[in-house]
Amino acid sequence: MKYMLIMRQTDEALAAAKTADTEALINAMGQFNESMVKAGVLLDGDGLSDPSEGFVVDFSGPSPVLTDGPYGETHELFNGFWTIQVSSKEEAAEWAKRAPLSPGQKLEVRRITDMSDFEDFADNEYVRSEEEWRELSAKLRESGDS
Amino acid sequence: MDTRRAVDAVWRIESARIVASLVRVVGDVGWAEDLAQEALVDAVLQWPESGVPQNPGAWLTAVAKRKAIDGWRRQERLDDRYAAIAHELSETAESEFEPIDDDVLRLVFISCHPVLSREAQIAMTLRIIGGLTTDEIGRLFLQPVATVQQRIVRAKRTLSAAQVPFETPEPAEWKERLASVLGVVYLIFTEGYSATSGDSWMRTDLANEALRLGRKLAGLVPREPEVHGLVALMEFQASRFAARVTPSGEPILLSEQDRSRWDHRQIARGSTALARADALGRGRGTYALQAAIAQVHATAPTYEDTDWERIVLLYEALGRLAPNPVVELNRAVAVSFATGPASALIIVDELVAGGALAGSHLLPSVRAELLTRLGRPDEARVEYLRAAELTRNERERAVLLAKAR
Repeated sequence: MKYMLIMRQTDEALAAAKTADTEALINAMGQFNESMVKAGVLLDGDGLSDPSEGFVVDFSGPSPVLTDGPYGETHELFNGFWTIQVSSKEEAAEWAKRAPLSPGQKLEVRRITDMSDFEDFADNEYVRSEEEWRELSAKLRESGDS
Repeated sequence: MDTRRAVDAVWRIESARIVASLVRVVGDVGWAEDLAQEALVDAVLQWPESGVPQNPGAWLTAVAKRKAIDGWRRQERLDDRYAAIAHELSETAESEFEPIDDDVLRLVFISCHPVLSREAQIAMTLRIIGGLTTDEIGRLFLQPVATVQQRIVRAKRTLSAAQVPFETPEPAEWKERLASVLGVVYLIFTEGYSATSGDSWMRTDLANEALRLGRKLAGLVPREPEVHGLVALMEFQASRFAARVTPSGEPILLSEQDRSRWDHRQIARGSTALARADALGRGRGTYALQAAIAQVHATAPTYEDTDWERIVLLYEALGRLAPNPVVELNRAVAVSFATGPASALIIVDELVAGGALAGSHLLPSVRAELLTRLGRPDEARVEYLRAAELTRNERERAVLLAKAR
């Protein structure tokens, strides 16, 4: 199963990070990443740039509205993620606990949905692809009879 | 969270490192693994009270080492080794637990040592390197837990009896021993990719386990092109999982798969791994060549628009490097699309005449496809029925019988 570890931090933590020892942070992150690569669990990961470079698209009104940061009442901002493939929720938790983060920072850990999440639903595309397959195998049978 | 599951999660992550650092001290893989297991039992009992320690791997290793000392004390062998460990335990803070990768690599080679049977190599690798519980291994291989346990106990005794040293192979043996390790990983993968037993055609959990082992191995021996080749091959093949079966479990052939359902991020990871193998500049081995073939399929827009001529070339290279009737059969399939079914049938008939693959369903099923395309349905039907008779997989049999109708 795949999990996404999503980094979130408060404005205060973001400000603190700006005065921190960047090289030490890079090294700590590098070691954490390397440990997950060597364990064979890391699939993907990226950091996000400063929120001042970003913007928000708000769908509350009749048409989407673009707003530059800061984002009003939002107190914790996403600033990066890892995607890992592990064998249990507990293992995802164990990796998350090892992330080199500091006060004001949090990891939100979410399972990434897969095929099995949609088995119980008559998902349209799913049903359609099965129908296509059945049609095709029926055709193959016909051609075999001819 | 449940403590047992938390302990299992720690074992999953730390098993190889814990056992490796214990073998370094006690000198015997079997005893090291037993000590680690005893430490896990302590963890299950103590962690609900004390909480999961800050560095659980170091905690487990320290507890296991104390048990080693107790063992020696009982045997009254309080020699230099005891003194060394006692010193180490008092000097080393738990946070400094940092076993070296070389020890983990030694452990990989021991788990796949030639004195062990293939089944034992697989069980040991999944248990110690992969960090699976015996329950999990039993579930993955559809075997009783007692069988798996027995296999591991015997494997540990065999290693002890053979006095297998805790060393990586000598340069002269290196290539062969590494091939054996890669073979174990790929065997686990193929059992998951195309299950030979059970009523399900693939077992993705098992294949994912092999992928994880492969990636781990690539971290341990990054200068070995074939390790990256194997990882690439497994990534490409696994990228098709979602498209390979219908919701009710019937297999879907490559030609009929919905390519939008392939995992394109996984395909990209496969390409990265293959590029890593190529970048080492020592040519492509058998895994890298198979990966390259899988890559051509993975990046083709449709089955018809596949670069079949390139695939034929890659199969020719593969066949020369490692002559094998299955490779030859696959080359025949590629030739049938690059040149035509008639030239392919010649290759297949040569295989039949040579007596290769006599008991396999592959030969008659490919022959059946070619005969169908050549407009010889009666002969094709006979071959489909023969293939259905020979396959051991129920799902596949159903598909072959459907085609024979």
